[in-house]
Amino acid sequence: MLTPGQYAQLWNGMLATVQILAGAFALGIFLSLVVGVGRLSDRRWVRGISFGFVEFARGISSIILLFIMVIAIPILLGDMIPWLRGRSVAVLGALALGVNMGGYGAEIIRGSILAIPKGQTEASIALNLNPTQRLRYVVLPQALRIILPPMGNLTIEILKGTALVSVVGGFDLMRATQNQIASMLARGAIGVTVLFVNVLVIYFILAQGVNALFRLAERALDRRFQQRPASKGVRIDATVGAETDG
Amino acid sequence: MRTNVAEPDRNDVSDKGAASVRFRAVDKAFGALTVLEDLHLDVEPGERVVVIGPSGSGKTTILRVTMTLEHIDAGTIQIGGEQLYHEPTSAGTLKPASEKHIRKVRSNIGMVFQHFNLFPHMSAIENVMLAPIKVHGVSRDEAQHNGMELLAKVGLAEHANHTPGQLSGGQKQRVAIARALATSPSVMLFDEVTSALDPELVGDVLNVLRDIAEEGRTTMMLVTHEMGFAREIADRVLMFDKGRVVESGPPSQVLDNPQQERTRSFLGAVAEH
Amino acid sequence: MADDTPHTQQAVDEPSQEGGDAPAQPAFDLEVEQSHKWYRRPDVLVPVTLVVLGLSLLAIVPAPSGRFSSQFSPGREVSFGWDYFFHLLPQMLRGLYTTARATVLGFLIAATLGMVMAMLRRSQNRVVSLPTAFLIEFIRSTPILVQMFFAQVLVRSVDWLSLNPIVILFLVLGIHYATYASEAYRAGINSVPKGQWEAAVALNLDPVTKWTRIIIPQAIPNVLPTLGNYLVAAFKDAPIGDAVLSTAGVLFFANTIRAEDFRPVEPYLLIGVGFLLVSLPAAWLVRRLEAHIAYERG
Ligand SMILES: Nc1ncnc2c1ncn2[C@@H]1O[C@H](COP(=O)(O)OP(=O)(O)OP(=O)(O)O)[C@@H](O)[C@H]1O
Ligand SMILES: [Mg+2]
Repeated sequence: MLTPGQYAQLWNGMLATVQILAGAFALGIFLSLVVGVGRLSDRRWVRGISFGFVEFARGISSIILLFIMVIAIPILLGDMIPWLRGRSVAVLGALALGVNMGGYGAEIIRGSILAIPKGQTEASIALNLNPTQRLRYVVLPQALRIILPPMGNLTIEILKGTALVSVVGGFDLMRATQNQIASMLARGAIGVTVLFVNVLVIYFILAQGVNALFRLAERALDRRFQQRPASKGVRIDATVGAETDG
Repeated sequence: MRTNVAEPDRNDVSDKGAASVRFRAVDKAFGALTVLEDLHLDVEPGERVVVIGPSGSGKTTILRVTMTLEHIDAGTIQIGGEQLYHEPTSAGTLKPASEKHIRKVRSNIGMVFQHFNLFPHMSAIENVMLAPIKVHGVSRDEAQHNGMELLAKVGLAEHANHTPGQLSGGQKQRVAIARALATSPSVMLFDEVTSALDPELVGDVLNVLRDIAEEGRTTMMLVTHEMGFAREIADRVLMFDKGRVVESGPPSQVLDNPQQERTRSFLGAVAEH
Repeated sequence: MADDTPHTQQAVDEPSQEGGDAPAQPAFDLEVEQSHKWYRRPDVLVPVTLVVLGLSLLAIVPAPSGRFSSQFSPGREVSFGWDYFFHLLPQMLRGLYTTARATVLGFLIAATLGMVMAMLRRSQNRVVSLPTAFLIEFIRSTPILVQMFFAQVLVRSVDWLSLNPIVILFLVLGIHYATYASEAYRAGINSVPKGQWEAAVALNLDPVTKWTRIIIPQAIPNVLPTLGNYLVAAFKDAPIGDAVLSTAGVLFFANTIRAEDFRPVEPYLLIGVGFLLVSLPAAWLVRRLEAHIAYERG
C-alpha cells in the first residue's frame, strides 16, 4: 500500500490521463468519420488524401508522432499556425494520439460501411435521399453496431498510448508515478513493485471502464434493433384500421 | 398526402405525347455483356406494364436504370416528359444531367425490391416516414398520419411499431410498398416483389398491388413470374429476351395467343412449373 | 511451425493421388488435381521465405556500435534544412537497424511465449486457465511504457540482477506482445469449424495427428497475418525503449542529436520518414498475405 499523499498524487495523474484520453478520443472519432467516409468518396482526390492520411497515421509509431507533434511541429509550423505555439504538452499530445486513433478508426468505419448490404443504399436512393442523408439515416446507424467493438479496443490502445505523453514532458498518471520512484526505490524491490502494481491496476481499471462503456452502448443498440419501448413508438389509432390477414 | 407535383394528367396524353416513361435507343452493358441494346419503350401515364422474359434477359436492369441504380451507356430516358440522365442546354442540345437534376426527376419514381431492403434499425412506420420528412420536408405529424394511413391500406396498421426483424416476409414487403408509396411517385417499379416470399404470403402482397392498380393514378412497371397475376393486372405485357423487346401487346395476345416463337417457348417453359 | 505444415499436408494428399488410378475402375481414371494450398504457391512462398530470411539475418547481425553525433553546425536562419536532414541519414539508419533488431528478437520471444500462454489458457484446469486469462488481459490492457519503467526500476532495485537495457527491451516487448500473440493463436484455433474437430473424433485420430494434420494447418492461415500485424505494431512500440531505457534506436538517435545541436525539426522528421519507409511496406506485405489467404478460403 502507498501513503494517502501518494494516492492523491496518482489520482491527479489519473485525472490528467483521462483528460488526455478524452481529447484524443474526440479528435480520433471525428477524424475516423471524416476520413473513413472520405476513403469511399466518389472524388478521386478525396480518396487520395484520405488514403494518405490513413497510411501515415497507422504507419508511424505513436511515440515518434508524439515527439514530432510536441517538439518539431510548433517550431516548423508555428509561424503559419500561431495557435500551435505555447500549447501545453497535454494538448499537443492529445492531438498526436487523436491523429493516430483517426487512422485506425477510419479503417474501422470504412470496413463497417462496406459491410452494410448494398440493398440498403439502393433503397435509400430509390427514396431519393441525398448522399449525406443516406449515410446519416441509413448506413451509419446500422454500421454503428459493427463499429463499436473494434472502436472499444482501439480506445483502450489509445488509453495505453496516453502514458507516452509523460516522456515528452507532459503530466499524467505515468509522470505522477515517476515522481514517486525515488522514494520507493529506498524500500527496495518490494517498494518498487508495490508502486507499479498500484499504477498498473489503475490503468487496468480505466481500461475495463472503457470496455464497460462500450459494452453498455452495444447493449443499448441491440435493444433498439429489437423492439423499441412502446412509449417511444407511434400511438396506434384503433380507428385507422386493423390487420387484415390472420 | 400527395407531395409531388409532376403528376401527369391521364386525359392529356396528346400534349407532346408526354409518356410517363420513355426509353429512346438505350444501351446498357456490364463489361463485355450487353444487357440492353437500342431499347425503345413508351409507358403511358397510368399504364400498367408487366415485363416477362427468361432469367438474365435484362428485366431487372430496365427497372434499375429507370431508378438510376445503374447508369445507362447511351440513349435517353424521360420520366413524365423530363429527361432523366440529361439536361437541356440553352442551345437546345442535351448535356449529362447534374446530380441535382437527377434527384429532381427521380423524385417521381418509387421502387419495390425483390428482397424488401427495409431499414432494419427503424420500425415499420419510421421506414415509411423517412423519405417524406427528410426528402420532401413534410412535417412529422403529417408524415405520421399519412404513414399510418398507408400502413392501414396494406393491412399493417397494428405492426407500425414493429421492426422488420419482427415481421414476416409478406408483411415486410407490404411495408416496403407503403414506404415507396409514401412520397406519391407517379411511376412505381416492382421487381419480382413476390418471388422471395412463401407461397401462402404471396396473396396479401398481390392484393395490395391490385389496390394500387385500381386507383389508376400510378404508372406501374412490374417484373413478375406470376403469369396469372400478369394477365389480370397488365394493360400491356412486354416479352423481353437478350436485351430486346420480342413481343408487346395486351395480355390476351402475348400470353394467350403469342405471335413469336420465342414467347411461346418461354411461356411453355414457365407453364411446366 | 510454418515450415512444418507443407510436409504434413503432403502426407495427407499423397494416398489420395495414388487412389485415383486404381485399375479396377477405369471409368474413374481421372487425373487428381494437385491441390494448390496457399503455402505451396510460389507467389506466397517466395515473399514469405524472403521475409523470414531477412528477419533471421536481422536477428543474427548486431548493429554497428558507436555514439550518435552530428558533426555539423546547422544554421540558425531557417527552421528546416535539407542538407542537415540528409547529413543525418546514415546515423538514422543505424538507429533504425537497432530498433528493427530489437523488435525481431522481442517478437521471437512473443511468438514462443504466446504459444505457451495460449496452451495454458486452453487448459481444462480452471486453476490454470483462469489466472492465465486474467494475466493476459492485464498485460494487454496496461501501457507497455509503464511495464518498461517497472522492469527498469525493478532491475535497478535488485542488487544481484543486472541486465543490459537492450535485453530488458527484448523481454518487455516479448512479454507484452506474447499476450497479443496468444490471442491470435486462440482465435486461429477457434476459427477451425466445429465439424473439423468432430470429424477428427469420428476418424478416431490420435491427438498428435489431429493437431498436426487437421487443426494447425487450418489455423495457420488465420494466425499468420495477425502475427504479421502484431510484428509491425511491436516495431512501432520498440522506440519506447529508447526513451525509457536509452537503448540506441531511432528515437535515441534523434534525442541525442537534438541535445547536441538544438535543432529538433530535422532529426524528428527524419526518424518519422525512416519509420514510414519500413512500416508501410511491412504492413503492405501483411495485407498481401492476408488477401492471398482470404482468396484461398473464400
Ligand atoms: N451489376 C452487374 N454487374 C455485372 N453483370 C450484371 C450486373 N447486373 C446484372 N448483370 C447481368 O446482366 C444480365 C441481366 O441481368 P438482369 O438482372 O437484368 O436479368 P433479369 O432478367 O432480371 O433476370 P432474373 O429473372 O434472373 O432476375 C445478367 O446476365 C446479369 O448477370
Ligand atoms: Mg431480375
